[in-house]
Amino acid sequence: MSSHNDISEERAARYIAVQNSQEFAELRKTFRKFVFPMTGLFLAWYFLYVILATYASDFMATKLFGNITVGLVLGLAQFATTFAITMIYARWADRVLDPAAAKLADHMERGNLQ
Amino acid sequence: MPAATQVGNTTLNIAIFGLFVLITLGIVIRVSKQNTTAADYYAGGRAFSGRQNGIAITGDYLSAASFLGIAGAIAINGYDGFLYSIGFLVAWLVALLLVAELLRNTGRFTMADVLSFRLRQRPVRTAAAVNTLAVSAFYLLAQMAGAGGLVALLLGITDRTGQSIVIAIVGALMIVYVLIGGMKGTTWVQIIKAALLILGAGIMTIWVGVKYGFNISALFDDAIKQAGNAAILNPGLQYKNKIDFISLSIALVLGTAGLPHVLMRFYTVPTSKEARRSVVWAIWLIGLFYLFTLVLGYGAQALVGSAAIKAAPGGVNSAAPLLAYHLGGELLLGVISAVAFATILAVVAGLTITASASFAHDIYAQVIKRGTVSPDDEVKVARRTAVVIGALAIVGGIFANGQNIAFLVALAFAVAASANLPTILYSLFWKNFTTRGALMSMYGGLASSLLLIIFSPVVSGSATSMFPTASFAWFPLNNPGIISVPLSFFLGWLGSVTEKEHNAAKYAEMEVRSLTGAGAEKAVSH
Repeated sequence: MSSHNDISEERAARYIAVQNSQEFAELRKTFRKFVFPMTGLFLAWYFLYVILATYASDFMATKLFGNITVGLVLGLAQFATTFAITMIYARWADRVLDPAAAKLADHMERGNLQ
Repeated sequence: MPAATQVGNTTLNIAIFGLFVLITLGIVIRVSKQNTTAADYYAGGRAFSGRQNGIAITGDYLSAASFLGIAGAIAINGYDGFLYSIGFLVAWLVALLLVAELLRNTGRFTMADVLSFRLRQRPVRTAAAVNTLAVSAFYLLAQMAGAGGLVALLLGITDRTGQSIVIAIVGALMIVYVLIGGMKGTTWVQIIKAALLILGAGIMTIWVGVKYGFNISALFDDAIKQAGNAAILNPGLQYKNKIDFISLSIALVLGTAGLPHVLMRFYTVPTSKEARRSVVWAIWLIGLFYLFTLVLGYGAQALVGSAAIKAAPGGVNSAAPLLAYHLGGELLLGVISAVAFATILAVVAGLTITASASFAHDIYAQVIKRGTVSPDDEVKVARRTAVVIGALAIVGGIFANGQNIAFLVALAFAVAASANLPTILYSLFWKNFTTRGALMSMYGGLASSLLLIIFSPVVSGSATSMFPTASFAWFPLNNPGIISVPLSFFLGWLGSVTEKEHNAAKYAEMEVRSLTGAGAEKAVSH
C-alpha cells in the first residue's frame, strides 16, 4: 500500500504517460460524451417536471380519463425515464466502456500504449 | 391513554420484532468470524456482489422517513408526497452516471479518500470528515427521532420515559450489531431488512389493488370521497411556497450522491463494474418501492382516512401501519411494525459505521497520527468511536423525540448537496480544482446551509417551528438548497481560479485509476 502523497517518480511518470496517451484520451472522451449529455437531459426533464408541478398546477390537474391526471402520468413518466436511462447506461457501459477500459489496462501492463 | 388509539397486539409486535433481532443477530455472528482487518470492518472485505450491495443500498436508503414518511405524506397531502419520492429516485442517476464507479476505483474506505486524493491531504481530509460527521449526525437524529413516535403507536407506550427506554434499547442493539458485524454484518442486516420491507409493502399494495380491482382511478375515487377534497390528486396541498418547493427539489436530486453512508457502500464490492450493478439494482428496487408507497398512501387515505391517521399517536407517520392493521389485522401490523423497527435499526447501524470510519480513518489515523497508525489500532479506534456515536445517538434521539422526521432528513440532503457534491464532482472531473476551492466549497456549503436553516421558518417564527415562540426567521424558505448549492459550486470555482496548485502526478494517477480501475483496491480473499 503506497502512501498517497509519496508515490515514486517512476510510478508518477507511468501514470502521466498513460494520461497523455491517445488511447486514454479517447476513453475519457467516450465516457464524458455519454454521461454529460445524459446528465443534462435527465436534470432538464426533472426540473421541467418540478416547474410544471409548481407553476402549472392547473395543467397538471387536467384529467385524461377517470381520475388519471396529467400530473400523475408525468410523475410516472419520471419513473419510466429513470429506469430507461439506467438500462441504457448499464448496457452501454458493459458493451463499450468496460472493453475499452480493459484494453487500456492490458496495454498499460504490456507497456505498448498508443 | 384511550383504548381507541391503541391498535394491534403489543405482545405480538414485540415477539415478531424479537424474532427479527434473533435471526439477524445469528446471521451477523455467523458471517463475522472473519472480521479482523480494516478492509473487513469498513468495507466488508469488498466481497459483496453488485446485487447484494444493491439490495443493501436499498435497505440503507429506504429509511423510516421514506417508508413511513412518504406513505404518510401521500395519505395526508396526496400528490405532494409523491413529488418527494420522485426526487429521491431521480437522484440516483447522479450517483449512477457520475459518481459510483469513479469513486469505487479511486478511494479505499471513506469519501475523504477520494476528495483528498490529489489535493493537500490534511486540510481536505479534515473538511471531508467534518462534513461526513455533520450529514451523518442529522440523518442519525432523524432516524432516532422517528423511533419514539413509532414506539408510541406500535407498543402503546405513550409516556416519554417509556419511549426513552425503548430508544435506548434500539441504540444499544445497533451498537452490538456494529461491534460484532462491522460492515459485513451490517450489510447483511440491510439486505434482510430490504427484502422484508419490499415484500411487506408489496403484499399490502397487491391487497389494496385487489380491493379496487387493480383500478387506480377507483382507488382515487374513494380517497377523494374520504378526504372530501378532490385536490389531493393535484400538486400544491403541502408546498404553498413555490420557490421553497424548487429549493427542496434541488436538495433532493443532488443530495443522494453526497450522502457519505451511501458512498461508503460502493467500497463493499470488488470492482467498479459491480458498483455499477449495485446502483442498477438499487434504482429498480427503490423505484418499485416508491410505486408501492403511491398506492399505500392513497390506500391509507381511502381505507383509513386522514382524520384517523392524524389522530393516531404516531401522527402522519402512522399511515402505513394503520393501513396494515386495516387490511391484515394484528398479524400484518405486527410484521409491518417489526419491519419499521428493523429499518431504523439497520439505517442507524449503517450511519454509525460511516461516522466511526470517518473519524478513525480520516481524522485519527491520517490527520492526527499522520498515517503512522497500524490498521489494527485504527479499527480499534473505529469500534470505540462507534460506541460513542451510538451513545450520542441515543441521547440525541431521546432529545429529538417528536421532531418531524421528514424535516431532519431533508436537512441532511440539503447539507449533503451543498457541502459534499460540488467538491466530489469538481475533484472527479475538473483538472484545475485546488485545495482552496475544495475548502471554500465544503466549509462554505456546510456553513451556508446550516445558517439558512437556523434562520428559516423551520426553526422559529411559525406554529410548526422547533421553537414556535421565538422569532428570528429572516430567511423565508424551509429548504436552503436553492441558495447554498449554487453558492458552494461558485465558491469551489472561485477558490480554484485564485490559486495555483496542480499536482500533475497525483492528478494523472487519480484520473487513470478512476476510469480504468488500474491500481484500485482489491477484494480481500480469506
